[in-house]
Amino acid sequence: MDPSVEAQVAEAHRREWAYVLAATVRVTGDIDLAEECVQEAYARALTTWPHRGVPERPGAWLTTVARRRGIDLVRRRATHDRVLPELAGAGSQEPVGTDDSGEIADDRLRLIFTCCHPALAPEAQVALTLRLVCGLTTSEVARMFLVSETTMAARITRAKKKIAAARIPYRVPGPAELPGRIDAVLTVVHLVFTTGYTAPTGSELLRSDLVERSVHLARMLRSLLPRDPDVAGLLALVLLTDARRPTRMAADGTLTLLSDQDRSRWDPDEIAEGLGLVREALSHRPPGRFALMAAIAAVHAEAPSWSATDWTELVGLYDVLVAIWPSPVVALNRAVAVGLARGPSDGLAALEALADEPQLASYAYLPSARADFLRRLGRDEEAHAAYGEALALTDNAVEAAFLAARRTETAVRLEHQRTTRT
Amino acid sequence: MAEYLVLIYEDEHAIEQADPEAWATMMAGHTAFAEAHGSAMRGGNALQPSATATSIRSDGAGGFTITDGAFAETKEALGGYYLLEAADLDEAISLAKAIPAAFGGVEVRPVRPLG
Repeated sequence: MDPSVEAQVAEAHRREWAYVLAATVRVTGDIDLAEECVQEAYARALTTWPHRGVPERPGAWLTTVARRRGIDLVRRRATHDRVLPELAGAGSQEPVGTDDSGEIADDRLRLIFTCCHPALAPEAQVALTLRLVCGLTTSEVARMFLVSETTMAARITRAKKKIAAARIPYRVPGPAELPGRIDAVLTVVHLVFTTGYTAPTGSELLRSDLVERSVHLARMLRSLLPRDPDVAGLLALVLLTDARRPTRMAADGTLTLLSDQDRSRWDPDEIAEGLGLVREALSHRPPGRFALMAAIAAVHAEAPSWSATDWTELVGLYDVLVAIWPSPVVALNRAVAVGLARGPSDGLAALEALADEPQLASYAYLPSARADFLRRLGRDEEAHAAYGEALALTDNAVEAAFLAARRTETAVRLEHQRTTRT
Repeated sequence: MAEYLVLIYEDEHAIEQADPEAWATMMAGHTAFAEAHGSAMRGGNALQPSATATSIRSDGAGGFTITDGAFAETKEALGGYYLLEAADLDEAISLAKAIPAAFGGVEVRPVRPLG
């Protein structure tokens, strides 16, 4: 087969999957059936396009094929089987939801809001979004989250069953619910991003496949909801953080901290685009949590070096963020910024205030941040113990190697102090 | 006279695995119960499995936490019920939010369509 045609089918899969599936669900009223039809349409593209040529609008071609097959199957099912419960809202002729600008939103939004419905478990929302909106196979999604294919298949099946049985609607929520529901969607995309950017388990620090999918999702949301400041904030956040990806890991696979990264290798295009989006997101008052997180990433992106970073500005941004999003993890990041703005003893005091947070009890960054401030205060013995605590809490092999190296450094210094003392 | 709500608790996994014959026996049992005691019956339904449930709790400040799954808290006990008709889960949730449940929360469970 012509490799260029195959590549174009793959490209159409990456770009158009959500559009084709979302439009097909509308005719089948059943997600599983729609998936089947869309897969068939792509298979048909692989056999048809090589001799008939790639259509001018591949997405429209695929949609037509998938929908025609869907109508056919629905008719056949209606005559042979008892009629399936239809996905609530799928067949309705009500006008498609509009965003705040009054623009007509497309079917992909319905699909995204269904996948990220708050009545589904968070891990099911993430799995469904990758499966249905990004078109990944169940085994791909399973590999991304390092669970068995059987486990992931059960998670996805259970979620699909709930969508049908509980009648989770296939619809863009009304204006009253929309802000909260958009936040749920952004949370899912952000979770995909952070899971990829700091893989919680495994031998790799970064999982680029997940990072790239989340950037793709954030861009899709931006094109579907172009005037939403939180969507702009999320896209800015992922772009500005992703810009640092090439420098996050050294050639030998070890972790490179923000302080040691070669900033000349940060992606200038992603930074420029991200900075523009941050300005847009911050122009809406009050700024949302993603806009503030993006503003924090922007301060780093614009700083010529770690030592020339505006830590006071960062503490100010974290103060506002903690006020609207009182998460212990945000408070921890704020404490680190305090230490860098005002000195390690202030940072340590801010960290100590978080010592009893149950949500941080198994979070390796708390002891590792404490270890760093203790080390800088010359309290090597306590630093050594804190590195040990952090080490016990991390499941990521690359981070563990970094912490072990730092712990060895403090051990060597302690040993040196002991020998020079005697 | 007084009214009583009788709740049916069964092993969901076993029901899911039941063969058509066992299923038919169960349905025949319910039909027989309805025929014999119809005069006492005010209503009744089969529910979808607990995996299709959604739990809703008020945060006391006008907001709500919505979670997947049945109400699993042990210190809270079933205290009442409403049977509501709604177009879809979103409408059911918005109705459920209007039910006062300050000492706990509510669980929305779809009724299983039969026949």
